[in-house]
Amino acid sequence: MSRFLLSCLALATLLNAQPHGLGRPATPEEVRAMDITILPDGTGLPAGKGTAVQGEVVFKSRCVVCHNEGGQGRPGAYPALVGGIGSLATAKPKKTVGSYWPYATTVFDHINRAMPFNTPHILPPNDVYAVTAYILFLNGIVQRNEEMNAQTLPKVVMPNRDGFVPDSRPDIKAKR
Amino acid sequence: MAKSRRQFLAASAGAAALTSCGKPGGAPAAAAPEASPAANMRPYGERSPLEKPLRAIRDLSASSGTGSSRTPLGDLFPGWITPSSLHFERHHAGVPALDPATHTLLVHGLVETPLVFTIDDIRRFPAVSRICFLECGGNNIGDQRGVPTPDVQQSHGLVSGAEWTGVPLRVLLQESGVKPEAKWVIAEGADNCRLARSIPMEKVMSDALLVYGQNGEALRPEQGYPLRLILPGFEGNMNVKWLRRLNVLDQPAMSSKETAYYTELRRDGKAEMFTFVMEARSVITRPSGGQKLKPGFHEIVGLAWSGRGKIEKVEVSLNGGQTWAVATLREPVLSQALTAFRLPWIWDGQETVIQCRCTDETGYLQPTREELVAVRGLNSGYHYNAIKPWKVHANGEVTHVSIPA
Repeated sequence: MSRFLLSCLALATLLNAQPHGLGRPATPEEVRAMDITILPDGTGLPAGKGTAVQGEVVFKSRCVVCHNEGGQGRPGAYPALVGGIGSLATAKPKKTVGSYWPYATTVFDHINRAMPFNTPHILPPNDVYAVTAYILFLNGIVQRNEEMNAQTLPKVVMPNRDGFVPDSRPDIKAKR
Repeated sequence: MAKSRRQFLAASAGAAALTSCGKPGGAPAAAAPEASPAANMRPYGERSPLEKPLRAIRDLSASSGTGSSRTPLGDLFPGWITPSSLHFERHHAGVPALDPATHTLLVHGLVETPLVFTIDDIRRFPAVSRICFLECGGNNIGDQRGVPTPDVQQSHGLVSGAEWTGVPLRVLLQESGVKPEAKWVIAEGADNCRLARSIPMEKVMSDALLVYGQNGEALRPEQGYPLRLILPGFEGNMNVKWLRRLNVLDQPAMSSKETAYYTELRRDGKAEMFTFVMEARSVITRPSGGQKLKPGFHEIVGLAWSGRGKIEKVEVSLNGGQTWAVATLREPVLSQALTAFRLPWIWDGQETVIQCRCTDETGYLQPTREELVAVRGLNSGYHYNAIKPWKVHANGEVTHVSIPA
């Protein structure tokens, strides 16, 4: 390897700029196409809107086959999306979107990246907003005609918003 | 043609003769199938058809593609490594078929230069390898719920060990230049659910690996081919498979897999989140549930592991916890890796309860079920690492020990 090339490598390392020269710059379009992360403050939410009224239609064509009428789920097969509020400290906690999930943005994000289970990534943003609104409505969290969009969804306060605490491990002091 | 057929027959006869040399009294002259060396050459090897250990598959919903398969720990020789074909699986939306010639990794967010890497790019970085365990956060969940599983494959089979080869994650991120305000990296898979987990920057910059190799060859498809994360000691779900994107952020994403799932409900109804480390645990794999013993000599064998470092000590009780003996650890003991232990035993044919407990290098002691439940209750659901007793019956059958309600 030439002294010149070694000098270039050393300089690149010093500048912390591509020390190995591997990979190629991503274009803004590539990043936009791949980046589906949605944060609790709404960062990443796409343009679009939907209500529970519209969401019920989508739910009945796309979701009800697994999650059942009204999001009741099918025990042992598919999870319930509603109910369980107030059950978390009991002997039989029921963890659902309504009782457990801390952020409404996570509901949108989960549907957008993972649902419907067998044909994910087909719902346009309006449908994802609408189904999200419908599930929140079923849990009594938003009104039937309340529009969910990039501004309103992050403002929804979920019942279990303050239900999470950081890791306290090691929490058990075993005796010998 | 005729000539080559004669040559073949002659060669076969020669092979048969060679084989019969070792057998006193002579063997039949006819060529047995196992006598042909050519038949024993395989481009890709398989175990003997007489060897039967298999993963146990359990679907977790009525949809195919979500569920787990468990390593048959009781049928294997305990050590650092699990055969790749028997490494446990846990999938949330199936196994995608990815082509390393076209699959790429995007690094973006709080970086100086967003970059796209091909698999070839990633394999050109200086490589590192390390042996460590990988364990699902839900391993042995049944025992916490008071529904003890009948054998060690069902109870503890969501742990395996492997040698992983790849690039330190910090080295790859340095290529993009991480901005000072970066605190978390969101890792995302290319499976159908685009599984996403937030990884704290301290882990990213210490021992996190971006791997393409498992036990000396390319990752198996079910282990994330062609690219996955390995976060030594952290719960399995965070070791994102089929990695397609790393998003560098100043906050966690609060994805469904770190809020709705993989969080641990306490007695007071609050849930602990970001419980990353798999704390120390150990289990006897032989004798264990479903096996049958004859009186006489046995070697108690099993595995211990800790997400915080090396296993320091494993103790075994053969009398229901009245006395404990220190087991011998397989050397070298590796940090955050499966550690085999053994202890000789002469079973007198009397009914008894056997169990093991471990201590790691931080001084952490594996708890009893009572100690764990007293703190966490019955609904935490993940990271259940309590002592696992096995009952040896007078007829030699080994079963689980029932848990009082």
